[in-house]
Amino acid sequence: MSQPINSFRLANGLLVIVEPMQDVQSAALTLLVPSGGVRDPQNKCGTAAILTEMFSRGAGGLSARELCAAMDNLGLQRGVHVGSAHINFTGATTADRLCDALPYIGHMVTQPHLAEEDFEPARDLVEQSLMSMEDEPRQRLGKMLREYSYAAPWGSAAEGELDHLENISIEDIRNHYAQNMAPDEAILGIAGNIDPGQIRDAVEAVFGSWKSCPSLEPERGRLPQSPFHIEHDSAQTHIGLAWDTIPYSHERYYEAWAAISLLSGGMSSRLFTEVREKRGLCYAISASLSTLRDEGRVFAYAGTTPERAQETLDVTVAEILRLHEGITDDELQRCKARAKSSLIMQQESTTSRASSLARDIYHLNRVVTLDEINARINALTTEQVREFAVEYTPKSMVLVTLGPQGLDPACVTSL
Amino acid sequence: MKFQQCTLSNGLTLIAETNPAVYSVAAGFFVRTGSRDETSEVSGVSHFLEHMAFKGDDKFSADDINRVFDEIGAKYNASTSEEVTMYYAAVLPEYLERALDLLSSLMQPSLRSEDFDMEKNVILEEISMYEDQPSFTCYDHIMATHFAGHPLGQSILGSHASITALTADQMQAYHRSRYHTGNITLAIAGNCRFEDAVALAEKYCSRIPQGQPSRLLPPVEAQRNSRLIVRESSLQQHIMEMGVGPDSRDELRFAAELLSVVIGDDSGSRLFWELVDPGHAEAADLSYSEYDGAGSWMSYLSCSPEQVAENLERFHKVFADVNTNGITADELEQARNKVASRVVLRGERPMGRLSSLGGNWMYRQDYRSISDDLKSVRSVTLDEIRKVLDQYPLAMTTTVGVGPLAEL
Repeated sequence: MSQPINSFRLANGLLVIVEPMQDVQSAALTLLVPSGGVRDPQNKCGTAAILTEMFSRGAGGLSARELCAAMDNLGLQRGVHVGSAHINFTGATTADRLCDALPYIGHMVTQPHLAEEDFEPARDLVEQSLMSMEDEPRQRLGKMLREYSYAAPWGSAAEGELDHLENISIEDIRNHYAQNMAPDEAILGIAGNIDPGQIRDAVEAVFGSWKSCPSLEPERGRLPQSPFHIEHDSAQTHIGLAWDTIPYSHERYYEAWAAISLLSGGMSSRLFTEVREKRGLCYAISASLSTLRDEGRVFAYAGTTPERAQETLDVTVAEILRLHEGITDDELQRCKARAKSSLIMQQESTTSRASSLARDIYHLNRVVTLDEINARINALTTEQVREFAVEYTPKSMVLVTLGPQGLDPACVTSL
Repeated sequence: MKFQQCTLSNGLTLIAETNPAVYSVAAGFFVRTGSRDETSEVSGVSHFLEHMAFKGDDKFSADDINRVFDEIGAKYNASTSEEVTMYYAAVLPEYLERALDLLSSLMQPSLRSEDFDMEKNVILEEISMYEDQPSFTCYDHIMATHFAGHPLGQSILGSHASITALTADQMQAYHRSRYHTGNITLAIAGNCRFEDAVALAEKYCSRIPQGQPSRLLPPVEAQRNSRLIVRESSLQQHIMEMGVGPDSRDELRFAAELLSVVIGDDSGSRLFWELVDPGHAEAADLSYSEYDGAGSWMSYLSCSPEQVAENLERFHKVFADVNTNGITADELEQARNKVASRVVLRGERPMGRLSSLGGNWMYRQDYRSISDDLKSVRSVTLDEIRKVLDQYPLAMTTTVGVGPLAEL
């Protein structure tokens, strides 16, 4: 499964990683610019989110409509998303057209108009999407769970806060752009059926003039304390749990990955089997790893009707705490098989490769090849995973619930 | 890519599009059955049955099925719509046999009553889960309202009451009446040899009984209805509207698809520029859906309650303008380019090909390659767009809302 990966850095700091893939027709890119929600000014949570809405509203010499038509005519499927660390630009089209599409993404990144008249519509959209989120219990819970798990600003919602939006002006947006939308620590991942030399020329032509501007990571603030319940007249009680684990950059990451796979990796995993299949307590239940550069959490979710919510919480927490018990070779083998198949199938998806390239560079400063992941996963033993599970058994847990009534948090507070 | 098909000795149709250049292979059983084939007493049985299929047969227990699918690293699942229940798995080529062994067992599940009683809880939770998602609630109600009195109006999930009352015997009877070879297609896409696929299908599918279940295809009578589901504490209002569009066998369906992209794609469409770009609405789109013997336009609006009236006016103005004046050549070209790129990118992965392969066969007994689809998209003309608009104008007859508004 080995693949040649090219990387180069432009004079302004932009790091570019290119992975040619032969058996595909498409090409995809992911550009991470460290200008996400953590850099929102105080009491102006949503600044990066509004800026994200502004990029497509005219850039370079093109109006919003001209920009849109040009990219549509190149078949470019694209998105701009705001996250905590980054504003993330993605694009995919047939491989022969990627170089033609690059200049338009370049316009949005390096020369957005950020016009006064576009500010209100962009803010209105951010406001509306936050209101929709308030109406979707599971999304709202996810937002709260993050807030109670990572200290501000890493726990703050990159999507913004409704009551902060009125504090934000077009000047804030322009400042955020000027201070943070710089190539210095930006990462561009490109994967697909492309010629690396040709891509290099195109990237240099498009991003070479992007102005460098160093900036500092924000400092950590406070972490609110759970358990926390949000009263909501929903049909289900939505339960969110979180606990500490290691980040992606940690040398034992694959052990953490295996442990969470045992807990919630496939339909034969422990939470699915114990909570859903044996007891019929819920439809949706899951646990997954979340990672910052230097810390990691496990986020778990279950949605269930109020009368069964207490049992769901108690059973879920008990399963999490006994994760280190009785880990079998077969169980680990299944996790390995699922991983192997995902790795191989990743080679069919330029979009997923492009985003993995950029993510690896951000977290590790290098790209982990599919071969290396495969080797690391193959080498895992049940003993290693058991030891990890023992060592990282949660010593405390964050519990956030949303629904008609709160739950008895004893199973969490007694840890 | 190469397409081949055959009929197995028990009458089951196997279709395959093989491609040695990909790394995986996807297989799926497409069963021509769904909520439209249910009577009201067993509302939700197709979807509940889809869950029960994973509870095993004489050979595999429920645990076995989950375990073995995970052992072979399969990406697998199932889905139920108004018209089709599909069961699928994508695996590495060496595991195709194991995957087919398991998938075929899903066609003849034991439906044990203790499993039935336990899974009923999960289904009830799933119904509650969707109740907490306003856009889904809106969809469920617009289908029920627009297709009132027609089988397509029947809920996929069923209700708390219908699921609670459903018995294992009723499910057995439904299964016996629907899961016959004449109603099921096995589709395979990706890296495998056709001869191997045929041999495996013969080996594992022989137990599926022969037969050709029927489906009622009554004409759709246009409804003029509106309904508001009031949720006082919600911040946003969701509105869906529906009108009549071309059905799944109508040659105008490609033109309809492109028209919906020009008018209501989630970016760069007329509705986008009129409503979303100016910040009037979070979502404003138009989609086209094809069914067996029916078709529909569906518009979706999500915005703050105070803006609903103005926004609906904007929608209707866009529709009225298009109905009268049509679209421009530039708009059509932009939509063609957009859709063509989607066809290529989606077709790159076996899972993406599988749904298109199975879907075309279910609705039209037709194979369409990626280049066939590209050709159809490229060849849509402004005249055809005009023809769609004349026959199926963007005229919504049904309205459903979910949110704080008690009247529009």
